[in-house]
Amino acid sequence: MALVQRLWEALTRRIDSMLFGPALAIVGIGLVTLFSAADQSIARETSQALSLSFAIALMWMFANIAPQTLARAAVPLYTVAVAMLIGVAMFGVVVNGSRRWLPLGVARFQPSELMKIALPLMLAWYFQKFEGRIGWRDFVFAAILIVVPVYLIKRQPDLGTALLIGASGFYVLFLAGLSWKVIVGLFAMGAAVGPMVWSHLHDYQRERILTFLDPSRDPLGAGYHSTQASIALGSGGIVGKGWLNGTQTHLDFLPERHTDFIFAVFGEEFGLIGNTVLLVLYMLLIGRAMMITANASTLFSRLLAGAITLMFFTYAFVNMAMVSGILPVVGVPLPLVSYGGTALISLFIGLGILMSVQAHRKLVMT
Amino acid sequence: MNAGGASELRNPERDVYHFRRRLSLVAVLVFAAFCGLFARFFYLQVIQRAHFETLAETNRIAIVPIVPNRGVITDRNGIVLAQSYSAYTLEITPSRIRNLDETIDQLANIVEIQPRDRKRFRKLLEESKDFESLPLRTRLTDEEVARFAVNRYRFPGVDIKARLFRQYPFGEIASHVVGYIGRINDKDNERIADWDETANYKGSDYIGKVGIELSYERELHGTTGVEDVEVDAGGRAVRTLRRTPPVSGNNLTLSLDIKLQQVAEAAFGDRRGALVAIDPTSGDVLAFVSKPGFDPNLFVDGIDSANWQELNDSPDKPLLNRPLRGAYPPGSTIKPFLALAALTSGRRTATQTIYDPGFFQIPGQAHRFRDDKPGGHGTVDMYKSIVQSCDTYYYMLANDTDIDDTARFLGRFGFGQKTGIDIEGELTGVLPSREWKRQRFAGKNYRDENRKWYLGDSISAGIGQGYNAFTPIQLAHAIAMIANDGVGYTPHLVKSVLNVKTGEVREIAREPASHIALRPEYLATIKRALAGVAKEGTSAAAFKDAKYVSAGKTGTAQVYSLKGEKYSERHVDERLRDHAWYMGYAPADHPTIAVAVLVENGGFGAAAAAPIVRKVFDHYLLGETEPGAAKDVPDAGDDESD
Repeated sequence: MALVQRLWEALTRRIDSMLFGPALAIVGIGLVTLFSAADQSIARETSQALSLSFAIALMWMFANIAPQTLARAAVPLYTVAVAMLIGVAMFGVVVNGSRRWLPLGVARFQPSELMKIALPLMLAWYFQKFEGRIGWRDFVFAAILIVVPVYLIKRQPDLGTALLIGASGFYVLFLAGLSWKVIVGLFAMGAAVGPMVWSHLHDYQRERILTFLDPSRDPLGAGYHSTQASIALGSGGIVGKGWLNGTQTHLDFLPERHTDFIFAVFGEEFGLIGNTVLLVLYMLLIGRAMMITANASTLFSRLLAGAITLMFFTYAFVNMAMVSGILPVVGVPLPLVSYGGTALISLFIGLGILMSVQAHRKLVMT
Repeated sequence: MNAGGASELRNPERDVYHFRRRLSLVAVLVFAAFCGLFARFFYLQVIQRAHFETLAETNRIAIVPIVPNRGVITDRNGIVLAQSYSAYTLEITPSRIRNLDETIDQLANIVEIQPRDRKRFRKLLEESKDFESLPLRTRLTDEEVARFAVNRYRFPGVDIKARLFRQYPFGEIASHVVGYIGRINDKDNERIADWDETANYKGSDYIGKVGIELSYERELHGTTGVEDVEVDAGGRAVRTLRRTPPVSGNNLTLSLDIKLQQVAEAAFGDRRGALVAIDPTSGDVLAFVSKPGFDPNLFVDGIDSANWQELNDSPDKPLLNRPLRGAYPPGSTIKPFLALAALTSGRRTATQTIYDPGFFQIPGQAHRFRDDKPGGHGTVDMYKSIVQSCDTYYYMLANDTDIDDTARFLGRFGFGQKTGIDIEGELTGVLPSREWKRQRFAGKNYRDENRKWYLGDSISAGIGQGYNAFTPIQLAHAIAMIANDGVGYTPHLVKSVLNVKTGEVREIAREPASHIALRPEYLATIKRALAGVAKEGTSAAAFKDAKYVSAGKTGTAQVYSLKGEKYSERHVDERLRDHAWYMGYAPADHPTIAVAVLVENGGFGAAAAAPIVRKVFDHYLLGETEPGAAKDVPDAGDDESD
């Protein structure tokens, strides 16, 4: 008995239940919704469940790695990720017109997914290394660390992911204490180069933005996703149409309904009540992650945990805003809900890192 | 965090303080963002809900099934017996019409609408769902189409569509073989669900109901296509977005020879009855007659009640498939089989004779089983017993034979069993035995005496009366087995199946289904006697001067027991007259056709049934047709039956 108890303790020692609880609840919602979205396909459900168990195992692993050990992996990991991005640009596999995949024998690998963790790790390591004497030169160097992968990913082209990874880098700079003047300056510059960027955008990217501004421009073309998703959500009403009863979903009107637009399926079938429950769960998860961040013992842990937390928020917000028509359509999955093994694994690794940070927190509050 | 505060940055506590301040700001932003999302959801799902609900309801893409073209049915020479053609229909989508009657009245000013059309539309309306488009008028003329097109704007929810119609160019001819299609009902839907074909029947209104149309439904139907169309507010298709074409059903080539069929049907005249002609070497059904027939074209559009009542209530029972479902006592046609049984079991030899005084009495009983010929046939051997159809010979044989042995032997020829022909509804008939009688009269309604087998039962059965009841297809199958020296094929109406898309032709398997080991000399005795029947026996008159040698046997099945009175055709009501049988094959030495025919209430087999077989043989073997007996093949485009 005692042995079992000790084994259980060893297994769960680093698992933060206040983080893990909401995460599991959201994953549960995801599996239930996926069943409806994928036309009750058992195969999809099993495949997602398999990815989930693998992801949880990785989470446990990362929860048991001390933050300082991770810090040592920062430079090699970042270097490998950049090398792979360059590799993709040279020998990548083209899927749907985008060169995003690196063929690795049996499987294909998307290096931009690795960069999502590698970049904040690298930046956090860098700032930790120069803790106490961070000057403007360091911020410039950090900016270069950010721009290189963002440019490579944007070239694939995958503007959505490039922006999100850029954002994760920016979060680290912000939390590391980037001057407000610089931040305001960057935004001002962004507004100024906007028209210039516009001319560099691909046609489909421009179309998405234009359609976002006016979905009726092309109701059967580019605006189709947005319009259909709004119809799905809106017609769900307060209580929803009930599980497996979404007409938009099951009459094939919703595109990408098990991946990026899964939230529309959820919103149609479970209504405003369901949406609110999901929002609250995300807030609990992010709130807990913020507490962990606030109590982190080192600058490295603080920055890493903060970046992971903000990425969670960014993904959830951007996806839900996109589905409900506040943001243009960008390929961002809903964290822990959308179908897809890679995203699930990255997210749980993030949770594992947060748990590790929590385990090595300052024991005395200051 | 600026360059000027460099010294402050060295203070870790101050550092943490600034970090937490920024984090708090982030927390506020996160909370605000989620509140924004909630507001957006509230706007969509509460304030704008009704708007989006309407949009969801009237979403603009309709997925329309495209009904495949049903397979064509042809006879063995490629003459079309059933085909589909496309015709314009005037259709109404009830859910889009406010006042149906008013709309129909207004439409009646533009195209002709009969009370019959209205009645049928009402019936469809009751059976269907509101959003379906229902035909009001079928087969519009080009002029009617043009007239409606001009007025179309006045009638939202009314449209011209093209639908496929089934057409049977030969009308009544071979109607029981080809059968017909009709509207899919609940029972059909269950069948479709059993096949796991529900999706494939989306959009299909019709399904095979009878005959080949029924039994080969799954070959004929084809694969339904799909079209995604954008529809306007009026429900009309604006443009096609995506299209998967349908795959036509398979074409069937029947073994039936429609010209022979016409000759056979014409030979019946107005009489009721059945005829089955089989190629004994393959089991090909060459002709399959059930008289009277019906016009299958009446059923295609949904039969109206007057026609239905006439068909259903007629004492002539035109809807009864007589070759398959008519079970009649075989009468004397059973005699050659019983003689063969006697030879095989050793109870009689070919040359052994009996004396026929004109009747038979069971020793110790007063009842006389009469022979047809008053005064009797005198000395009778086996040859004479068949050629002259001597009853007394078979009364005596039955007296010497156990009924169960007889049943076992006859069973090998397929009597009392389904032949397995490829259309549905076949009856088994009755091959009496002790066991059969025990089961037939089981239960409380009968007493033990009823269940017991009596010698008298055997005597009646010995001349093909009594409990015996066989279908014409069984008799045709059995005589074909004699003709083919004991080798039997399962009779089949479909010869081959053509996949229209791939061009692949599948022949229906033609392996012998049964083989009875018979001593050649016994078989020769029987075949010689059967040839004798046509040469010098009961059917000699019918086959006088035939340019070939045929073999056969007459039979007369009693409908009404006269209790020992002498039967006189003239004095008996037409419907109580005996049924006339003839079975035969030709050429006698190398048969290529075997026929069984029954004429209901036809009287003596020799007079009523044998001449029909003569005409069939003449046509099949010599290509001769009695002038005016067979009509010309009607044009395929003519949908009226002739």
